[in-house]
Amino acid sequence: MFKRLSPPEATNEAVVTFHFDEQTVTARLGDTVAAALLTSGISICRSTPVSNAPRAPYCMMGVCFECLVEVDGNPNVQACQVEVRDGMHVHTQQGARRLTS
Amino acid sequence: MITHDLVILGTGPAGMAAATTALEYGITPVVIDEQPAAGGQIYRALESTPVRDRRILGEDYWSGESLIKGLKDPQIDYRPATTVWQLTRQREIGLLHDDKAEMICARHIILATGAMERPMPIPGWTLPGVMTAGSGQILLKSAGAVPQAPVVLAGCGPLLLLLATQYLRAGVEIAAILDTTPRNRYRAALKHTPGALRNASTLLKGVGLLRELRRAGVRHIKGVSALRAEGSGQLERVLWKQQGDDNWQTLETPTLLLHQGVIPNTQITRAVDCHHEWDEQQLSWRPRLDEWLSTDIPGIAVAGDGGGIVGAKAAAMQGQLAGLGAALALDKLTLANSTERAQPIRKALARDTAIRPFLDVLYRPAKQWRLPDDDTLACRCEEVTGGEIRRMAEMGCRGPNQTKSFTRCGMGPCQGRMCGITVSELLADANQQSVEETGYYRLRPPFKPITLGQLAKAAEEG
Amino acid sequence: MQQCDFAVIGGGLVGSAIAYGLASQGHQVSILDEGDVAYRASRGNFGLVWVQGKGQEIPRYSQWSMRSASKWSALSQELFELTGVATQHHNPGGVHLCYSEAELASREVDLDALSQATDRQFSFKMLNHSQLHDLIPEIGESVTGASWSSWDGHANPLYLLRALHAGIRCHGGRFLAVGKVKEIRRNGESYVIESNHQTITADRVILAAGLGNRELAPQVGLDAPLIPNRGEILVTERMRPLLNLPTTYLRQTGEGSILMGDSHEDVGFNDGTETPVLAQIAKRAVRALPALANTRVVRSWGALRVMTPDGYPLYQASESHPGAFIACCHSGVTLAAAHAKCLAPWFAGAEAPSEITPFTAERFHVQTSIPA
Ligand SMILES: Cc1cc2nc3c(=O)[nH]c(=O)nc-3n(C[C@H](O)[C@H](O)[C@H](O)COP(=O)(O)OP(=O)(O)OC[C@H]3O[C@@H](n4cnc5c(N)ncnc54)[C@H](O)[C@@H]3O)c2cc1C
Ligand SMILES: Cc1cc2nc3c(=O)[nH]c(=O)nc-3n(C[C@H](O)[C@H](O)[C@H](O)COP(=O)(O)OP(=O)(O)OC[C@H]3O[C@@H](n4cnc5c(N)ncnc54)[C@H](O)[C@@H]3O)c2cc1C
Ligand code: FES
Repeated sequence: MFKRLSPPEATNEAVVTFHFDEQTVTARLGDTVAAALLTSGISICRSTPVSNAPRAPYCMMGVCFECLVEVDGNPNVQACQVEVRDGMHVHTQQGARRLTS
Repeated sequence: MITHDLVILGTGPAGMAAATTALEYGITPVVIDEQPAAGGQIYRALESTPVRDRRILGEDYWSGESLIKGLKDPQIDYRPATTVWQLTRQREIGLLHDDKAEMICARHIILATGAMERPMPIPGWTLPGVMTAGSGQILLKSAGAVPQAPVVLAGCGPLLLLLATQYLRAGVEIAAILDTTPRNRYRAALKHTPGALRNASTLLKGVGLLRELRRAGVRHIKGVSALRAEGSGQLERVLWKQQGDDNWQTLETPTLLLHQGVIPNTQITRAVDCHHEWDEQQLSWRPRLDEWLSTDIPGIAVAGDGGGIVGAKAAAMQGQLAGLGAALALDKLTLANSTERAQPIRKALARDTAIRPFLDVLYRPAKQWRLPDDDTLACRCEEVTGGEIRRMAEMGCRGPNQTKSFTRCGMGPCQGRMCGITVSELLADANQQSVEETGYYRLRPPFKPITLGQLAKAAEEG
Repeated sequence: MQQCDFAVIGGGLVGSAIAYGLASQGHQVSILDEGDVAYRASRGNFGLVWVQGKGQEIPRYSQWSMRSASKWSALSQELFELTGVATQHHNPGGVHLCYSEAELASREVDLDALSQATDRQFSFKMLNHSQLHDLIPEIGESVTGASWSSWDGHANPLYLLRALHAGIRCHGGRFLAVGKVKEIRRNGESYVIESNHQTITADRVILAAGLGNRELAPQVGLDAPLIPNRGEILVTERMRPLLNLPTTYLRQTGEGSILMGDSHEDVGFNDGTETPVLAQIAKRAVRALPALANTRVVRSWGALRVMTPDGYPLYQASESHPGAFIACCHSGVTLAAAHAKCLAPWFAGAEAPSEITPFTAERFHVQTSIPA
């Protein structure tokens, strides 16, 4: 679990609000989705398609693919490589992805 | 397909230095990076970091400002947030930007894609809450985020200590540093001090970090010989043993950051099938490079940590060298001219990298930290254990490719990045053969996932 | 020097199926194979156990394929019980997609001729778009229809290979990664086989080295005019189930990833990939199943088919070198069961299966036996 050295509200940095599963989450503009989740008390982002084990961001630099989430209906997105946007809908990636159109 | 003179991949110190050097000789490069901002690993988020107290990240970090400024020259075609998913031996490059795929071509290419952290496959390393030290640092630099509860750092290497001091300066509580450097390593490394002294400033910085941690009273547990992460569903505690003591000791913590050095990220050089060799000193694969840092594929060079770990300063020097190499290849400089200009760079490079043997020996992770035990996952994606890999060796698998096809190890979303080196080393050990003989995964495009729709379009327009 | 009754050269699907068949009948077998990196079609293929459309020119090939397809489930079960490795074999029938009425009509004519030539043993059905849609709800609008046959199915070829290797070991056979076999010599009644790392003697030698047979065959008085033919394949991330039967160039694996591709390229010994070909494969897949457009490709590869000039297999006993045989084909997955259960006994002295008589090298009109 991570916290901010100084909350974005305290400085005059721009803030965005997005949705994770049923929660509404506030983050700093420019944060990756992974950073936003980790600083909001969300510690698990997916379950594996092999054994359903829970996983969370591990490397934060795009190599481990542990941070997969569904972003705006798009499955298996690397949360550490995508910046949050206002109103974004992020969901836990449960096992194998579904078909989308 | 548009053909450019020079395409540089990566905007860490190596890529940025290569770009500005090339520009000096009249080459206007295309510079690509998947990150939204320049800086690479060391200078990540330099322009946007919320960590404004310069003391926290330290002067080495802020020294990247001038390189980043150089990259902003309007003549440089800098393309951030652009991923490379394909590179062919004919120097065709597949790009992905804003969900759109495109192919471009280059007369000369400099790959400056840097390093990744060496996997540290301890029991429980897949539990949420266990991350790498690098990821802790990325969170700090880019989001100003730090562990909430007292954090445990475990492993070895300069980056681990650097993060510890950065945390310290930021007021983060460190529960313990579990240092896995074997005790006899210090003596072995001493042999290399004369070389290290040629780069005294780096050596002193390291000593300074240790002193800073000691003064602050950070619990630094040395000679850690076994380590385990435990918890149900997520990390709850870390257990360890110390050399000479058979008892497990425990700390409750929700965050464990692992690190045991960095290794070249060879995903792209492997996929174009450059010749690679096993570097026994650095315990990692690296592409074979000539004096201009060119690979065995005409027109493809590698600068920075992607060609063997040299550190940020030397990476920038290699970037300059590769930039000169590009000028030579593109007939902007004669051989005599470029050789002459390379001379001082080579000298500085030799001085800077003279410390490497010392660091490589001191922080060489012992075998038990590189080879997971039978019940521990080697491949995180497909959930293949060390034991399963050893069983494949028994069945006659001599290398990672047959092993991959029998176990799916390396077939998951990370495309073998996280398990590649572990599997090569495990098989070499089990088959009693060298890592070089054992080999590595044969990698194929795409290096980064691309949708079928994007791929179909890429060719239409190409 | 190691000694064995049977030396099988080549540890791909053909050699492994034969060695498994021999070992399970109690013979002492060694497989001699190259190392980790080699041209090995068995590691890069599509995994169809396929009958429809095969044997147009030589109907006995269709019968041979059906013989194998009908033994596949039992082989798969046997391997699972013996080794614990599941081949993921399923036999839900398979479809070949057609994109115009004309294509459908000509497909029907061809398959009907094949059915007739096999005394209606081979059977099939033609499906129009809506019947196809019932089978594959995601099917694209531009697919006119398909041919369907209950004979078709699929399996995981990698697990098949692993299961065969494990099975051979269970029956006391040996797998020797000896490196490239360079020389095969006759020494009295037996054969001396020289490789980079080892020398082995065997009473009988079976050449199952895929494309490597080209060089080995003449050493035992056989001929193998094989041509590499490249196929490129794409595979996606794992998906929830969406395609419950295989098509000729698109199938969903047991893990959930979608496998696609069927390029046929004459590029010599080059098993690389090319972006335009990959893009073409992607395009075709999206045309068949438009909902796949957003699916990510995680890997691609090229592999070389083991092709004879007419595409049919080569099974032959050497006349000049008694006890030496050759076996190669470009449907090593489909034919694995026939190779293990029908071909292996022939090498051990039983009658040759009647289906294989046309498949000697004589049909290529070349001199095959050179005097010993
Ligand atoms: C997580 C991490 C943290 C580190 N922190 C420090 C530190 O604080 N201090 C220090 O001295 N050293 C640090 N290092 C060591 C670091 O490797 C070197 O200091 C230095 O950054 C190397 O420079 P480089 O130019 O070779 O590569 P990098 O700085 O790593 O730059 C490589 C760039 O290439 C880009 N790239 C890679 N693949 C692709 C692709 N397929 N498509 C598009 N772009 C791509 C990356 O986004 C990255 O920006 C760190 C290393 C890691 C892995
Ligand atoms: C793209 C593609 C798709 C395919 N799809 C299907 C399909 O859907 N269904 C189907 O039934 N078939 C399919 N096939 C065909 C099938 O893969 C082959 O028929 C089968 O794998 C051939 O097996 P093999 O053992 O003869 O050859 P290989 O798998 O090539 O094995 C030959 C072995 O011999 C070894 N070897 C070679 N020379 C020597 C030597 N001198 N000494 C020692 N060892 C040697 C090699 O290392 C290798 O292990 C496909 C093939 C390709 C390329
Ligand atoms: S956390 Fe590793 S790829 Fe995102």
